[in-house]
Amino acid sequence: MRKSWFTVVALMLSVMLALTACSGGNNKEPAASKPAASGAASEAPKSDGKPTKIVFWTFQELHQKYYEDMAKKWNEKNPDKQIEFEGSTFPYDDMHNKLLVALQTGVGAPDMADIEISKFANYLKGTPQLAPLNDIVEPELNNLVKSRFDIYAKDGQYYGIDYHVGASVIYYNKEILDKAGVNPDDIKTWDDYKAAGKTVLEKTGVPMTTLETTEQWSLWPLIAQQDGDFLGADGSVTLDSDVNIKTVQYMQDLIKEKIAIGTPGGFHHSEEYWAFMNKGGAASIWMPMWYMGRFVDNMPDLKGKMVIKPMPAWTEGGARSAGMGGTGTVVTQQSKVQEITKQFLAYAKLSKEGNIEIWKQLGFDPIRSEVWEAPELKEANKFTDYFGTDIFTMLSGVKNEIKPVNIGEKTPAIIDAVKRSVMFRTLNDMEDPAKVLKEVAEEVRAQ
Amino acid sequence: MSKPSSTATAKAPAPRKTGFLYNQRYAPYVFTLPFVLTFLIFFTYPVISTIQMSFQEVLPGATKYIGFKNYENLFNKHYYRAIYNSLIYTALTLVVLIPLPLLFAVMLNSNKLPFKNFFRSTFFIPALVSIVVAGTIFRLMLGQSEGAIVNQIIGLFGFEPQKWLADARLGMIALVLMATWRWLGVNIIYFLSGLQSIPHDIYESASIDGATTWQRFMKITVPLLKPVTIYVLTISIFGGLSMFIESFMLWSGNRSPKDMGLTMVGYIYQQGFEQNNMGLGSAIGLSLLGFTLVLNLIQLKVFGLFKKED
Repeated sequence: MRKSWFTVVALMLSVMLALTACSGGNNKEPAASKPAASGAASEAPKSDGKPTKIVFWTFQELHQKYYEDMAKKWNEKNPDKQIEFEGSTFPYDDMHNKLLVALQTGVGAPDMADIEISKFANYLKGTPQLAPLNDIVEPELNNLVKSRFDIYAKDGQYYGIDYHVGASVIYYNKEILDKAGVNPDDIKTWDDYKAAGKTVLEKTGVPMTTLETTEQWSLWPLIAQQDGDFLGADGSVTLDSDVNIKTVQYMQDLIKEKIAIGTPGGFHHSEEYWAFMNKGGAASIWMPMWYMGRFVDNMPDLKGKMVIKPMPAWTEGGARSAGMGGTGTVVTQQSKVQEITKQFLAYAKLSKEGNIEIWKQLGFDPIRSEVWEAPELKEANKFTDYFGTDIFTMLSGVKNEIKPVNIGEKTPAIIDAVKRSVMFRTLNDMEDPAKVLKEVAEEVRAQ
Repeated sequence: MSKPSSTATAKAPAPRKTGFLYNQRYAPYVFTLPFVLTFLIFFTYPVISTIQMSFQEVLPGATKYIGFKNYENLFNKHYYRAIYNSLIYTALTLVVLIPLPLLFAVMLNSNKLPFKNFFRSTFFIPALVSIVVAGTIFRLMLGQSEGAIVNQIIGLFGFEPQKWLADARLGMIALVLMATWRWLGVNIIYFLSGLQSIPHDIYESASIDGATTWQRFMKITVPLLKPVTIYVLTISIFGGLSMFIESFMLWSGNRSPKDMGLTMVGYIYQQGFEQNNMGLGSAIGLSLLGFTLVLNLIQLKVFGLFKKED
């Protein structure tokens, strides 16, 4: 009797295995990259000199490469605290969902992960499952751009460290402006910009710029410049403020007068837009500094033709930039090696050395603003080859004018509404900005 | 320990009829157990857990019951839009993806058609292409510039270039177009297998009685294919209501302007994951389950599938 039990159980198990293997077909998501399971399995540091394993998830391959390189440098400097860095890159949505579920359920999270700013609030709901980073951030805070840390904070605890300031700038196609006889340095205010746009359109037939109809980057810096924002400092919805209505109206007018057109493909990260811009489709675009990389990688024909300038101000002497976007690297509560992970993170992203590498490797404007003047930032690289050498001279000039944005619990909802509804209805369907903004703001408030 | 004993079992003479495996009382349970277990673990448990979550606000370390609030929150315009889109999409795919494959299957089944195998495989290949790849390519083909391939094609017929993915109606057409491209071949295969099981003599005797091709098609082929048609209808309804990735890929993310491509599953994804509101996501999911159940019950009832076989 006992023996036949064994057979039965063995049989059952094998059938079960076969069946569950079949049902794996339900999982439609493409296997993104290396197995992700190893997450929480990282072991506590051992005294036998074995390197500590740090598991990292991101949605941006460049970030993974950056950390891998920094891990090598760390190991050279710290022979007694060796680490084994294991990074994985997933598609954007995939990674955020996986991480959210892992944190929610309490198993399977990596030691360290990237969270994009518009998703960050999701991870701060309830009791944050992330480790506070105050012990590494606070000693350095004087050298850092503080507003870039506030956006990842809750109740006085800092949970994320950004890669960059994300200063918004304007990229002009010098070739087109020259044809129209417009000097970009003369464009001081948005009124000047509109006038210049008219000239460009008349002389060359090319629109001055493109405005995103399905993303928020065309609008957000413009309102942040004027201290308007989607949310107030207390997290309340301020989408329908007068400043915002006026700004959306300005954008709609640009389109009505054909000075601007809706971005081909809807947003500035679409293949259609890159092809369009690469052929000299528009004379300018305002995006954050980190957009430089898209020019270098996706619009090769514009090399040497683009110049980077501070954005026009709304009033003479007004702020000429705003800190946009961002990705915070976090350390999870589930990690069993939090201490060494934090130390490594501080080395990679807070130290002077790390911040110089961030510019060299990623082309971002580092969050440690003292390095902006460092000679290393003037050295030639693929970005200076493309845009010229005075990128940071320009940036240092607007250093004190980079307006912060407010991030709160409603950020994911409001960004979503701006993307799907506000931009499209006002800039594509040409609905009345005041009406649209009021309607959407009410809706998000009610949630 | 276990190894020698199990080899011993394998070599031991077959147990008598009193053995466990031969016990008529237990054997059926043993053989169905794997399925029952899989069903319980991978279906029943998630469903119960979903029902539970739909009454909760799910947050790490702060999950609490909030009564029917999630269900009350369902009644908003995004939810209605998602239902509308899912239903329209399902209806349109049914209208296209049942008659068309039937017709093609009949043609492919005819002896007069040359290169039959070539056509068969050509129609089937799209089903093997990953939706992610297909969706990306469709998105590029449906670009709004004059140079985009679909705009070039309609340009040949004298139409203006269209913003395909920025208009609710055109967007829906794009989705149905993609579904047709992808699923036509699969449905053809179903119908072909149905056709091949219809005995040839029936057609022969019909043509002896003077039936035209059209009459034979309507009076013999269509009625005899009814079981296959019902099957295709049922899975098409499931497929239509659960559509998500197509829309996700076409608008490069779950973010179609004005919700023109938002489906019910897309809304679950948006609320549950993108906005970390698992409770509301669960409530939407259960309402989708309800919809599908009702639709299929009606459909099965109408086609008389609950009647006993005659």
